[in-house]
Amino acid sequence: MEKRELTCIGCPLGCPLVVTMENGAVLSVTGNTCPRGDAYARKEVTAPSRIVTTTVPVRGGELAAVSVKTAGEIPKSRIFDCVRALKAVTVDAPVTIGQVILGDVAGTGVDVIATKGVAAR
Amino acid sequence: MKQIDLVILGGGPAGLAAAIAAYEAGVRDLVILERDRELGGILNQCIHNGFGLHTFKEELTGPEYAARFAREALTLGIPYKLNTMVLDLSADRVVTAVNRTDGLFQLKAKAVVLAMGCRERPRGALNIPGTRPAGIYTAGTAQRLVNMEGFLPGRRVVILGSGDIGLIMARRMTLEGAKVLCVAELMPYSGGLKRNIVQCLDDFGIPLKLSHTVVDIQGKERVEGITIARVENGKPVPGTEEHFDCDTLLLSCGLLPENELSRSAGVALSPVTGGPLVDESLQTNLPGVFAAGNVLHVHDLVDYVSEEAAAAGRHAAAYILGQKAPAEGEALPVTAVHGVRYTVPTTVHPARLEGSLTLRLRVDGVYRNKVLAVYAGTDCLWRRKRPVLAPGEMETILIKGAALDKLPGCGGLTVTLEEA
Repeated sequence: MEKRELTCIGCPLGCPLVVTMENGAVLSVTGNTCPRGDAYARKEVTAPSRIVTTTVPVRGGELAAVSVKTAGEIPKSRIFDCVRALKAVTVDAPVTIGQVILGDVAGTGVDVIATKGVAAR
Repeated sequence: MKQIDLVILGGGPAGLAAAIAAYEAGVRDLVILERDRELGGILNQCIHNGFGLHTFKEELTGPEYAARFAREALTLGIPYKLNTMVLDLSADRVVTAVNRTDGLFQLKAKAVVLAMGCRERPRGALNIPGTRPAGIYTAGTAQRLVNMEGFLPGRRVVILGSGDIGLIMARRMTLEGAKVLCVAELMPYSGGLKRNIVQCLDDFGIPLKLSHTVVDIQGKERVEGITIARVENGKPVPGTEEHFDCDTLLLSCGLLPENELSRSAGVALSPVTGGPLVDESLQTNLPGVFAAGNVLHVHDLVDYVSEEAAAAGRHAAAYILGQKAPAEGEALPVTAVHGVRYTVPTTVHPARLEGSLTLRLRVDGVYRNKVLAVYAGTDCLWRRKRPVLAPGEMETILIKGAALDKLPGCGGLTVTLEEA
């Protein structure tokens, strides 16, 4: 049996959660004050995912960098793979908001898109 | 001197929302004055997601949230001037500004909306001992350098203060290859959102040291090390010092409403928030001068900035178009007591209410299982249970309908915490 401690992010209460697991399956969640805490804990210990935001350099733009995000959540364990894959990327201005900067980042099936427009210099 | 109906000082989220609301209420002769090279204000450097959940029911990044409002303002054809610094505002609403194309110019406005936002508390306001080397930045300066200018300000980082910008920058610096050694927080609780503590610190194994502060900065030309220590009763405890070899210290120690222009114009400011004292219409003590967003009081969520600023824009429009009830008549003070640190507004004119009254407030500490209540004289107007209240979470109270009939002649409003 394995116990994992989490802080719920569902509301300002920030309940300290304890998840008891066995062979990757959740046996119980304690410490939560509402059902949202239970759902959050189960997702967080079995398939945690995040939206990743960062920047990539822009060639010939009014700004040196453009902000980007994964168009959807990717597995939490792949955050650094995603950032590493973007290290090799430079885009040419102009960049439009929503433009795909890198398709299927690090094999996650999720695109990285621009979150800002950058005009050419 | 050019006459104009409405001047909005600042083109960030508050200024944009105020301008759009004023336009939609019928004001056509208006201008936004913005210091930066683009609209959107500080949102442009806040590249993380989590903005707009209340307004758009989806999670946007800062630049995306800003772009939606900027696009709307552009579509409506609202005039704006970029790279424009406002130098002075007078009590009779003459705005003096300068930029490279118009030179120095003055506008005599019927109404002004203050939307200048806030600034970070700098090292000089923190009394940190030690030398004064390079490598000490406010978290927001580092954010701008990394996210907009494309520079990484350091490789080994200690962060003082667990405000949201500090937490966000802990993650940001980590993703860019820096090592964030710890976040030290003077208070026994973090001022940041729980979500940020989990997703910016816990996700990357960055320790949060509560009740700790920086007691020494080493290095002559560049930061070489930071010493932190545990704090009890406001004093560092000898023997608890911990040293970190690092090249950078980021400061995330609170935000201060930026009211240099307001103060010189004669706008009365609150000693608690540092922002203007306003009435239910978000009007300051100067007739025709309104305020909204972080210049009024520091917000946690931009959604509430937009909401508040849209109200200020509507009230400014009503003032310009002569639809506002005159200021004569009863003005009720709003008093914050028993754990409520401040309220916005601090004055209510019952005759000017249009069916609802919005009160925003913060508490002075962490409270559990309390009741938040509003009294008109001794009549209770509104009360709600709150499982938790914290200084980092702004509360909003909306009072509607028959409860407002109790206001005339009540002597004043009181906002308080009570036992559940």
